[in-house]
Amino acid sequence: MSSKGSAAPLFAALGDATRLRLLGRLSAGGPLSITRLSEGTGVTRQAITRHLHALGRVGLVRNARRGRERVWDLNRERLERAKRYLDQIAAQWDDAAERLRAFVED
Amino acid sequence: MAVNTETPNDTKSTDRIEKRVVLRAPRTRVWRALTNAAEFGTWFRVKLEGAFAEGKPVRGRLSIPSYEHVTLELLVERIDPERYFSYRWHPYAVDPAVDYSTEPTTLVEFTLEDTDGGTALTIVESGFDRIPLARRAEAFRMNDNGWTGQIKQLAKYVE
Repeated sequence: MSSKGSAAPLFAALGDATRLRLLGRLSAGGPLSITRLSEGTGVTRQAITRHLHALGRVGLVRNARRGRERVWDLNRERLERAKRYLDQIAAQWDDAAERLRAFVED
Repeated sequence: MAVNTETPNDTKSTDRIEKRVVLRAPRTRVWRALTNAAEFGTWFRVKLEGAFAEGKPVRGRLSIPSYEHVTLELLVERIDPERYFSYRWHPYAVDPAVDYSTEPTTLVEFTLEDTDGGTALTIVESGFDRIPLARRAEAFRMNDNGWTGQIKQLAKYVE
């Protein structure tokens, strides 16, 4: 594990089209079983399972038992961190708006 | 005194940013600062090559310290004189090693209204929900500068 904390493995886990699609599907309507998550992907259940575990290791998803099946869902807290991106862009707009103000109020 | 930057909906939406500022300047003045590419470049800090015209891309390098390596491309969507100006771009596209051209863009909209003592400007940037998570999480990377450029090597970690 990186001594810089858990950020780097998070990105590595996100750097794959199948994993991003899985996150997209869970985001739209989780929790979902592996069977449901494999539907229409053209990817085997075994491969989906492997990707889910990769995402799980970095805390992006987690699973729980629901009746007789195991379902996977997003770990929303982890995704909250991606939301910081928006905060950062918002801060840049604040700066830009202040510069615009100085420019037009001269 | 008259100037406040607000973020009315920042706790709810992950798709959009909205800012409203009141500028103590006439609407004509604000409009020119927004839509004259040279004036836009002065306050935004980008050296744009060319003028804004509907449907036309305009490129330029940022002149913000530590972002001078970044080339922006704005694709102007609509210019509705003294009222509304919009363009699309790739938000936070600051890594020269990444090709952002295939990613979805966000829409930036400026809306002007007269208000007491000046001009109310609303800035909306929307479409973030279509930006890949990996990119949105880049804020992280910027905050943790110890591992810029190491994402690929670290991919092995999860394989």
